[in-house]
Amino acid sequence: MSEPKLLTPKVAIIGAGPAGLSAAKKLAGRSGGEVLVVDREKEAGGIPRHADHLGYGIRDRKRFMSGPAYARALVAEARNAGATIMTRTMVTGWADDKTLVATTPHGRVLIRPEVFCFATGARERPRTARMIPGTRPDGILTTGQLQNRVHLNHDAVGTKAVVVGAELVSWSAVMTLAESGCRTIALVSEYDKPESYGLFTGPGQLWFRTRVTRNAKVVRIHGKERVSGVEIEHTTSGSREIIECDTVVFTGSWIPDNELLRMAGVTLDPASRSPVVDAVGATSKPGIFAVGNLNHPVETADVVALEGENVADRILEHLRGTSSPMEAVAITVDDPIAWISPSTYTPRGPRPARGRFVAWVDRLITRPIVTVRQGGRVVASKRLWWPAAPGRAFRIPSSLLQNVDPTGGDVRISIG
Amino acid sequence: MSRKLFDIAVIGAGVVGAAIARDLAGTSNSVVMLDAKNDIGEGTTKANTAILHTGFDAKPGTLEAQLVARGYHLLRQYCERTRIGVRFTGAVLVAWDDEQAQSLPSLQARAVENGYEQTEVIPSEEVYAQIPSLGPGVTGGLTVPGEAVIDAWSVPLALATEAVERGTTFLREHRVTGVDVGDEYTTMHTDRGDVTARWVINAAGLGADAIDVMFGFDRIKVHPRKGELLVYDKLAAPLVNKIVLAAPSKLGKGVLISPTIFGNVMLGPTADDMEDKSDTSTTEDGFEFLLDKGRRIMPALLAEEVTASYAGLRAAHNLSDYLIEVDADQRYVIAAGIRSTGLTSAPAVAEYLVGLLADSGLDLTPRNDLPEPPIMPPLGEYQVRPFADDDLIAADPAYGEVVCFCERVTRGEIRDAIASTIPPGSLQGLRRRTRAMNGRCQAFFCGAEVKKLYENLKESGNE
Repeated sequence: MSEPKLLTPKVAIIGAGPAGLSAAKKLAGRSGGEVLVVDREKEAGGIPRHADHLGYGIRDRKRFMSGPAYARALVAEARNAGATIMTRTMVTGWADDKTLVATTPHGRVLIRPEVFCFATGARERPRTARMIPGTRPDGILTTGQLQNRVHLNHDAVGTKAVVVGAELVSWSAVMTLAESGCRTIALVSEYDKPESYGLFTGPGQLWFRTRVTRNAKVVRIHGKERVSGVEIEHTTSGSREIIECDTVVFTGSWIPDNELLRMAGVTLDPASRSPVVDAVGATSKPGIFAVGNLNHPVETADVVALEGENVADRILEHLRGTSSPMEAVAITVDDPIAWISPSTYTPRGPRPARGRFVAWVDRLITRPIVTVRQGGRVVASKRLWWPAAPGRAFRIPSSLLQNVDPTGGDVRISIG
Repeated sequence: MSRKLFDIAVIGAGVVGAAIARDLAGTSNSVVMLDAKNDIGEGTTKANTAILHTGFDAKPGTLEAQLVARGYHLLRQYCERTRIGVRFTGAVLVAWDDEQAQSLPSLQARAVENGYEQTEVIPSEEVYAQIPSLGPGVTGGLTVPGEAVIDAWSVPLALATEAVERGTTFLREHRVTGVDVGDEYTTMHTDRGDVTARWVINAAGLGADAIDVMFGFDRIKVHPRKGELLVYDKLAAPLVNKIVLAAPSKLGKGVLISPTIFGNVMLGPTADDMEDKSDTSTTEDGFEFLLDKGRRIMPALLAEEVTASYAGLRAAHNLSDYLIEVDADQRYVIAAGIRSTGLTSAPAVAEYLVGLLADSGLDLTPRNDLPEPPIMPPLGEYQVRPFADDDLIAADPAYGEVVCFCERVTRGEIRDAIASTIPPGSLQGLRRRTRAMNGRCQAFFCGAEVKKLYENLKESGNE
């Protein structure tokens, strides 16, 4: 009879993407024990590994790199720092409340560290979860599947595509489609203003000979064996049309990979379904930290890498027993803010990574005024220089909360 | 194309055809099973509510009532032998108004008439005690402890696999377009050439009426009744550990909420009479209808993510019972009008049909050199699946290589499915055999890898 092998590292990091590897790099050699990173994929590196285009490493490495090169650099640094990286290791659940169980080709393992750090990231809502009716032919993808098929398998995916969404990741899908010889007929966006940076949307449409159809939603998929078209509804007029295509890519609409945390009973934010964390990633359960796009789907890889470095410091404090529990106040948000991360604030405590909160909005406001209130009192109100736009992270400086009263109750953040 | 002369041809490789072929292949007769599609179970079989029915609510005295009750026991035993996942969750038929509550005793009486005596009428408090997540407004309930959820697709696969292992020839993509009944043999014209057999058994499901016409009959009209289903994320599973049935109506069993054998929660089906026998698309109206029902039955369920949606076509018809009859002159048998209860009744339909053939002149003595029934892969969430089987992984590391993360499907299982007696005809067939790509990410992570594995393994198998 074989039995699962017990592993007892000091810190176990679940997910070897930018957040997990950056945390591992900072923790290895300093934690007083083994730092183990596990990942279910064949190779470590996370999503950047599949995104074979430039644009990685800007904020954390001050370089302009391709996704795979960026992933390789992060893996090498974590390894060189002394972290153990186990790939093909699929965590399947909890053996008990202190122990994860994982399947590997060498047998199952039980992982019982002193601290867990979850860096499991996020995925895109597929067609089914968006409840888009119609037939179920071949040719329906998410960006994740598209990039794997094109970059890792070098598959031809189709000839004419419709991309659902017009945010950053949607343009990434358009690039990948172009690379595989598939033209994007249109990007379909529910919003009336571009979600992506104007820099992309204008030239992007020209460069890729495509168009962004705004105020429109996909209402039906057509085609028997293969996609033959998508039916869209123009939401302002209610009129409908069918765009002929053989491929449809659902992009964005991120959902955090929160399954293991939910199974552990960690408190989740009802709007984002991410764990409720403090400024540095401590969840509602002692000894369980969360970092990266699991907390805020999604920020760019360089930002989550910096968060990974940030959470490492807090984990070290936790291991040394020098972290003292501090009174945190809850943060609530008003429309059009959907959610904010972290969703608590600890006055006089550590700042969130990069001194910024990450928020998600449902409507474009080009020069937003952010107002922070506590018990009806305006704590701060400030106009920001950058827009709040759907489909990408809206960053709010944590300095706006510096005058929050530790005993004053919940903080409410609104934008207008 | 097969030039061989067969003793018996079974048209249709759904659950009913597979059960019949399996039984007949247990005799000395040569059997061929034809299907219009490229895999087994591609018609009404592939999308149903996956419940092993006791038959408590069937119309007493009908053949359907008799065969569902018998099938319940036969299939239960068959699943034990082949290790197909079954979970005896029990069901509660929930009443939502006074009229429905008042009808519960008569439903109980009907169950007794059908030979099922374990039901119990319970007050609303007891219904809530058993299923706390139900929405407000419950007026009473009827427990049906014997109802179970089942791995519905492994049933026809096991039956068809056993049929083939007993010597049945399985011909895919052989749509029967016409028949010539001769003195001794009947020739079936298909889009892939002729197939000839002495006896022909029509188990063509949605197409059974068309085949029946070819034999000169005009006794049944089959039309598709579409049922749309929503499958919710596994994280919804704690909401419901029993099948929540609705009071029956003219259109069928109504909308139910049920755990699935794979650990999800299912809401459905709708019941829409259709014309097109191939239209399995889902609809805006269908989703809205289901969400409306779901909001009333179990509001908390609607906060969970939807993992998948399906539409299946039931073979609705103009008769009030199953139609299983022998035409000895033409050496022709029909097994039609077998509605959604067919999953449960299929083994009993086969047994009954073989009984009808006793005077046919066919030698139906069971052979004594039959292979053991196949052992099916453990797909049920509450079975020990390969990813959690330490001995299996130690013996073969391919079972430790998880390819589909959401459903924890390993490379070993995908390899086995492709090398099996009835390999999948497509990626869809692979999904049904292994659960790969059926999880919450719907192939976001594994789609490319599974496709590559499928193509490579198929290629190496063909060499």
